[in-house]
Amino acid sequence: MMMILGIPAPLLFGQLMLGVVNGAFYALLSLGLAIIFGMLNIVNFAHGALFMLGAFTSWGLLNYAGIGYWWALLLAPLIVGAFGVVLERLFISKLYKLDHLYGLLLTFGIALILEGLVRNYYGSSGLPYRIPAELQGAQDLGFMIMPNYRGWVVLAALVMCLITWIVIEKTSIGAKLRAATENAPLVQSFGINVPRMITLTYGAGVALAAFAGVLAAPIYSVNPGMGANFIIVVFAVVVIGGMGSILGSIITGFGLGIVEGLTRVFYPEGSATVIFVVMVIVLLARPAGLFGRAH
Amino acid sequence: MADAPMLQVSNLESWYGESHILHGVDFNVQEGEVVTLLGRNGAGKTTTMKSIMGLVGRRAGSIRFKGEEIVGLRPDLVARRGIAFCPEERGIFASLDVTENLMLPPRIAEGGLDIERIYTLFPNLQERARSPGTKLSGGEQQMLAIARILRTGARLLLLDEPTEGLAPVIVQQIGRTIREIKALGFTVLLVEQNFRFAATVADRHYVMEHGRVIDMIPNAELEQNMTKLHEYLGV
Repeated sequence: MMMILGIPAPLLFGQLMLGVVNGAFYALLSLGLAIIFGMLNIVNFAHGALFMLGAFTSWGLLNYAGIGYWWALLLAPLIVGAFGVVLERLFISKLYKLDHLYGLLLTFGIALILEGLVRNYYGSSGLPYRIPAELQGAQDLGFMIMPNYRGWVVLAALVMCLITWIVIEKTSIGAKLRAATENAPLVQSFGINVPRMITLTYGAGVALAAFAGVLAAPIYSVNPGMGANFIIVVFAVVVIGGMGSILGSIITGFGLGIVEGLTRVFYPEGSATVIFVVMVIVLLARPAGLFGRAH
Repeated sequence: MADAPMLQVSNLESWYGESHILHGVDFNVQEGEVVTLLGRNGAGKTTTMKSIMGLVGRRAGSIRFKGEEIVGLRPDLVARRGIAFCPEERGIFASLDVTENLMLPPRIAEGGLDIERIYTLFPNLQERARSPGTKLSGGEQQMLAIARILRTGARLLLLDEPTEGLAPVIVQQIGRTIREIKALGFTVLLVEQNFRFAATVADRHYVMEHGRVIDMIPNAELEQNMTKLHEYLGV
């Protein structure tokens, strides 16, 4: 058996693959958080709960309407994104002139309510969601066995991150978004409806979380706490990448997933904390984050 | 009503939070004119412009644009009526390159300058099209800020201290640009501290003090009123 640094190659690459898959979720979730923070100045603590709602919506679409995984990939983000638009209009929009803390507390409360409601209806033990038939099985790559679905998750997350990056960095909509992040009143004085743009941005960020939730449904059991498990790590990713940095979120998300995977191989006891250790080091050395701009 | 002013501001009051800044501002701008608001620092000139655009917290009184009351409108809706604002700090976006800055405001009406015409007026901008907006010199940034609002089709341009902090040669260039803009049929409301510059471009001058308009001087009568103006402006 091929060995690398004294570790069997299949074990090393298997853990690396797991790390990349986790990284894909970190990247998608932190990307949505970064977009929302950049535009709304809101630390969206409800992001994990909205990720969980994405997974539950795909489960509901299958079990109540017979709508399978591929349509759920499209419909669940739209449904949960629309729910996000309602949340923003009814609640979050009232807090823009207040300190960040109020937004954080409100979204934290929303997260607890959503998780509590889902737990009341579906319990906390988790619901199964099958991997779609087209993506079952695995590929023998020689140095490791790669489950098809995990490969798909990484590919789908990469493509979604790339599309989001292109929209923000290379289109006129993205230019308006970036400009409004810098000086929203001036952008509005050019005739651009900034309040509507903010609402749609929140909806889009939430839709990204829901998309990640649909991708996650077949891997993790669909349960009310699945978002809470992710969200703390994702916040660390956002802090390390730099609050509001799009590219920072993507690179840091995947990078830290890999770091976590490698730690699981070489020092398993440290795998749960390595991201927070990195966060502390980055905060001490570069408080604005690896890709953030100091204000 | 051929002589109805394009912009009629009556008894305009504005507040920033609890601070009462404007205490009943009255003036008007006719179509095709260049009109300046002169006054010392803190007289309320910039607040008047921001009030017209809807960028202050609370307003009272009346702002009529082409006969329509706009005092209660959001900034984007004011802009959509045909008023464009170029702020004192220029408002060039660091994360956008020159072209993106230029193309940012949407076209709100016919009659805006096309990009070729803008590059003819401001050739430097074409040369630096891909540079980040904030890497331009102060003069180039000011040109970009003015060029940006000429595209939109807005016919009333609010320019807040376009010459501030610029070298004399660039100030002359800005003056030429404003005269060209006027010749193209745009109407300009200009905030200035530099009345010598204002005299080279404006038709009329309103003098502001303590949040009110206290005098109006036609440009043709500026010389006769120089002593009074010096008193107003403390120069």
